Amino acid sequence: MNDAVKEHINQSLKKGVRLDGRALDEFRKISIETGVVATAEGSARVMCGETEIIAGVKMEVGKPFPDRPDSGVLMVNAELRPLSNPDFEAGPPDIESIETARVIDRGIRESKAIDEKSLCIKEGESVWMANVDVCPLNHDGNLIDIGALAAMAALKNARIPTLDKNGQPDYHAKTKQKLELSATPITITIVKIGENFLVDPTQDEMDSADARLTVASLEDGRLCSLQKGGSGALTLEEIERMIDLAVEKGSELRALIE
Amino acid sequence: MAYNKRHDNRKPDETRPIIAKAGIIPKADGSGYFKIGNTEAYAAVYGPRELHPRSKQDPKQGLLRCLYNMMPFSGQGNRVRPGPGRRSKEISMVMENALRPVLDLEAYPNAVVDVFVELPQTDAGSRCAAITAAAIALADAGLKMRDMVAAVAVGVVDDAQVVDLDYEEEAWKEGEVADIPVAMVPSTGEITLLQMDGKVEKEQLLAALALARPAIERIAEAQRAAIRQRYEDVMTQVVANGGSKAADEE
Repeated sequence: MNDAVKEHINQSLKKGVRLDGRALDEFRKISIETGVVATAEGSARVMCGETEIIAGVKMEVGKPFPDRPDSGVLMVNAELRPLSNPDFEAGPPDIESIETARVIDRGIRESKAIDEKSLCIKEGESVWMANVDVCPLNHDGNLIDIGALAAMAALKNARIPTLDKNGQPDYHAKTKQKLELSATPITITIVKIGENFLVDPTQDEMDSADARLTVASLEDGRLCSLQKGGSGALTLEEIERMIDLAVEKGSELRALIE
Repeated sequence: MAYNKRHDNRKPDETRPIIAKAGIIPKADGSGYFKIGNTEAYAAVYGPRELHPRSKQDPKQGLLRCLYNMMPFSGQGNRVRPGPGRRSKEISMVMENALRPVLDLEAYPNAVVDVFVELPQTDAGSRCAAITAAAIALADAGLKMRDMVAAVAVGVVDDAQVVDLDYEEEAWKEGEVADIPVAMVPSTGEITLLQMDGKVEKEQLLAALALARPAIERIAEAQRAAIRQRYEDVMTQVVANGGSKAADEE
């Protein structure tokens, strides 16, 4: 990115001002639509400012892992396609795609919101595999948080398909049965720019960040995954402030999908 | 038993409901959206921009590069594994051939125009929707074009000629099915995409192809309306922001 933009972001933040006029702890306007994809078992489209993401859940039947014969499988994948941003290139997933996917995945997985045993169809033989794919249509920053919100909204929207006589899913006959979700983990990224802590960074703010901390938290304030990113270092005091802010923002976003 | 009545009660020459939009991806230089029934395509144009590697650059003309991709949850069956397969590579190529004839790429030497198409959901006709969305995106990007390109599938289902087959018609069990995706330059009727899968007699093929142009003209009208709407929106914004730059200078 342009050094002048970075300098401008830094100078403005010293006066407590963001380029788009938001408060440091303010998200852009978020809108959420669910059930937007007829071919998916669950789906959501989330817009946050100019960042727009579609997440879809595809339920497949597969064999359980040998070491966990009675557990289904939850997998979150992110497709940062070149359609959504001039910086993304066609080709196999780069490290940003992989990190985005894994951080979203861990927030949901480690919360144990989905009881993987409830996805078991027949022990040792067949289980449901819930694949969540997060696909940005327009990337203007904060893909992890918005992607995680879209993934949770899509999981809440999902209906399990019926099984045919061969034990394979009949995708044209959905049941009314929802996935059992016992919690709503929300993933929030706090970025540090100079001495300031910001939520919901735009792409320019993300590119100016010294460090970031992504925190997934639950209704009761417990944390279920962390990821420190960026090349800068954080002190313990800073981490505590960032966690507090992430949990507070997490409950605001949770209210949007409950 | 011939296929006299379509399963969704459409007339033989009737497409599914269509929605066309322009300028829906702010990061792109141009973008388009086309939905026909439950088949939905987003297209983004980036460029003309510098082509890498430079050994691929052509000083006589720019390069058009299309990339068709189904989102993993967009198929009628199991999850579509991400990454390019034979099918998506071939479709990307025929898209380039379908769009190239209306573009004046000689205006952009050494450059590349990238067209990325993503499909969140499909119910047959996805390459046609992809081409139609891509043409809107190219026009929205302000590239030199001599016309639009619009596309639709025609076909023969159990001896009946129909327009815009959906998945159920493509997979019709009770008779032969021919699926014929067609892209056309609407003002001249020139065909820039033609494929066919299925078994059909020549007379039936020609009868089915005759259905394409009226449908394509209607789709092209929706494309043009989308572009017009886009510029009305821009004008509204300019007025809301206190007039255009040109007006300020006067």
